Amino acid sequence: MKPSIVKAQPGDALKDASMIKQKQMMAAHYDRLTNAPETGAKVASTFVPGNLNELLMCFDLVNNLPEVNAIQSGLRKQSGQYIMEAERAGHSEDVCTYVKSDIGMMMKGNIGPNGKELPKPDVLLLSYTGCFTFLKWFELLREQYKCPTIFLQTPYMADGKVTPNMIQYMVKQFKETVIPTLEEVSGVKFDIDRLREYLRKSAQAEDDLVYILETGKNKRSPIDAYFGGIYYIGPIFGAFRGTDDAIDYYKFLREEVDERMLKNLGPVTPDGPMGEEKFRLVVEGPPNYTSFRQFWKMFYEEGATVVASSYTKVGGTYDYGFRHDPDRPLESLAEYCLGVYTNRSLPMRIDMLSDYINEYEADGLLINSIKSCNSFSAGQLLIMREVEKRTGKPAAFIETDLVDPRYFSAANVKNRLESYFQMVEQKRSGKGAAA
Amino acid sequence: MTKTTSEIVARCEEIYEDLNFTAARDWKAAKEGRKVIGYLPVYIPRELIHAGGMLPLGIMGGGDNLEVIHGDAYYQSYICRIPRSTVELGISGRVDFVDGMLFPSICDVIRNLSGMWKMLFPDTYSKYFDVPQTYKDEIGGTFYIGEMHELLEDLERISGRKITDDDVNNSIAVYNENRRLVNELYALRAQAPWQAPASEAYLVIRAGLVLPVEDHSVLLREYIDAAKAEERPIKDNSKVVVTGMFCEQPPLNLIKSLELSGCYVVDDDFMLVSRWLIGDVPTDGDPVYNLSQAFLHRSMSTAAKYEPNQEEKGRFLVRAVKETGAEGVIFASTSFCDPALLDRPMLQNVLKESDVPFIAFKYAENSGQMQPIREQAGTFVDSIKLWSAA
Repeated sequence: MKPSIVKAQPGDALKDASMIKQKQMMAAHYDRLTNAPETGAKVASTFVPGNLNELLMCFDLVNNLPEVNAIQSGLRKQSGQYIMEAERAGHSEDVCTYVKSDIGMMMKGNIGPNGKELPKPDVLLLSYTGCFTFLKWFELLREQYKCPTIFLQTPYMADGKVTPNMIQYMVKQFKETVIPTLEEVSGVKFDIDRLREYLRKSAQAEDDLVYILETGKNKRSPIDAYFGGIYYIGPIFGAFRGTDDAIDYYKFLREEVDERMLKNLGPVTPDGPMGEEKFRLVVEGPPNYTSFRQFWKMFYEEGATVVASSYTKVGGTYDYGFRHDPDRPLESLAEYCLGVYTNRSLPMRIDMLSDYINEYEADGLLINSIKSCNSFSAGQLLIMREVEKRTGKPAAFIETDLVDPRYFSAANVKNRLESYFQMVEQKRSGKGAAA
Repeated sequence: MTKTTSEIVARCEEIYEDLNFTAARDWKAAKEGRKVIGYLPVYIPRELIHAGGMLPLGIMGGGDNLEVIHGDAYYQSYICRIPRSTVELGISGRVDFVDGMLFPSICDVIRNLSGMWKMLFPDTYSKYFDVPQTYKDEIGGTFYIGEMHELLEDLERISGRKITDDDVNNSIAVYNENRRLVNELYALRAQAPWQAPASEAYLVIRAGLVLPVEDHSVLLREYIDAAKAEERPIKDNSKVVVTGMFCEQPPLNLIKSLELSGCYVVDDDFMLVSRWLIGDVPTDGDPVYNLSQAFLHRSMSTAAKYEPNQEEKGRFLVRAVKETGAEGVIFASTSFCDPALLDRPMLQNVLKESDVPFIAFKYAENSGQMQPIREQAGTFVDSIKLWSAA
């Protein structure tokens, strides 16, 4: 199939062919999930950072990601009511809105994006990686579902390095807790060669993902590595890593991006091909999902392309060289978890963002600070100052939330962005040099 | 001469209010080569620091007397107060005598603060101290032993001396004694809270975060003896347990307000480091192994810790209510505190099942307006009395 730009639905946004393909993959996955009671498939809920999809597949378990469910609820404008439902039930207004969206959705019948009820998980794989909230989230789900819960702790990479003690700890957890419990829940015996095969496939797709993300270095960039990037990371951060589907998708996407690059075209936005690339940005932090398209529009209308982002590294920092390694299967899974963006120390995050500004020849850094995500947000003001100091490029700060529509103030965000673009312009022309 | 409770409490309040940590500075200045290692809540094995001849210094934020000027520039409005006041303490030079800072794994904010400290104070040793959230000896235990050995190596470098097993075992004995006294004070409070009010006990225990442990144990003994000896009026208060204050500490006025509104606070989770390990840690054999065993199998429960057993979730609170004879629980959580606020609904469900009444409110370490809290707590106490009378 030749990649092309397709009008998905009458009146709907324009999408790349790859976006359509991605959407179909995600839809098929949700059908697998909601059909689980009929097919007899067993379901494991887990998280995107520290997602062990290859391991789950070894036990024929279907991967359910509550964060992705919350994102889907956000995109479909349903998360607001779910969050309020959870708050009415006693959950604080101060805490993570992914959690409240998930719990509210559960209270309202747990209806997935395909309009069907999501199954109860057979097991919760609490991969405690880069986010404290995960720990409490699955304690909350365990209270409701009363199903086996496997705890996997990923030590924090506070000193910028992975120590042997960290790897040994994780591998021990795999061998002595995670794998035996998954065997018990699924009734499937663990086969390490099966895992090796999945990891081999993962690495193949990871190569293509890195190639795609790094096309942002081109002037002009054929991709938007934040808004578009969210589509790109969907399969590999979700339930497709280690599958042939993922290999096919990233190959297809690579061809599509190559074609745009050859023609010197920019990314495809919901309103059609991007016009002139006026600003090249690096973005730190997750996006807002409840007004995703409106948010994106504020960028592309101003000719701003995101050439690199940290959010597309929450499910793995492949551009820093990591690949799943079939020759060291469990160690490799450990290294994968340890390396995800939110498990990296603040100094490491500053290094990454500064590198991105320089290597992608960006005009500046924009931080989208998320109210309910302390893992990302705590320390971002220091990150901003430090990256600005190191690169000499202007940085700006906006505040929104993941899936809580109450914390997306469009006028405020637009104002700040417009001011920021003016600042970048001035800086470029030398007028802001003294600022 | 025997000291009175008010004399002891006055000294402790002086230490509490001193945001320049003069007592710790004086300790350091008294002998050349002395070192001070700061740590944040919730738990650090202070025995390891003490074994290196160094002073562990608990830094619990800036309280309600610190004007935060610089710290606010580092944090968005939706992040709790303790990291911004801790940054303030650092930037304003109030902890410039500290030779190292330890950031225990509590939550993402304190975790990220460890990295910020590295950036802001590159010349001072700082470490994020990861603890296991899995509790099997061969898994979490081995990891924790490895982490403690890494910390010991760093501490040896800072102190400039080898820290032997004997050193650590001696320190364990000293901290065992201190924990026994802290627990004795808690037991006294539970039994006769009018003799040792929570606001006093808080100050007495809090002094232990700044003073050398040996001096603090003497002070605890003095206070307990004085509190037992004095006759104080019994009030018509209700016994309550407060929970959720394990990291950012409440202003002293908040504790006093609870007492004024009719509560006897008979158990709490203030400054958990003082009684994190339950019972004595053995003082012979491999001390790091013994500390790991105590952490894995005999330590307190709190929201910052994973509970692997659903049946056990929240039971610590029910036990605290039963053991102290409390009539209700007050959930007092810091605004924007992920661990406490995410945990709260689960703990409340456990209390509902056990028919324990509760209320909830939020605070910050610099909360100044106590009237709403007094009214809420007062109403809670009234309703407890009505229910129990029914």
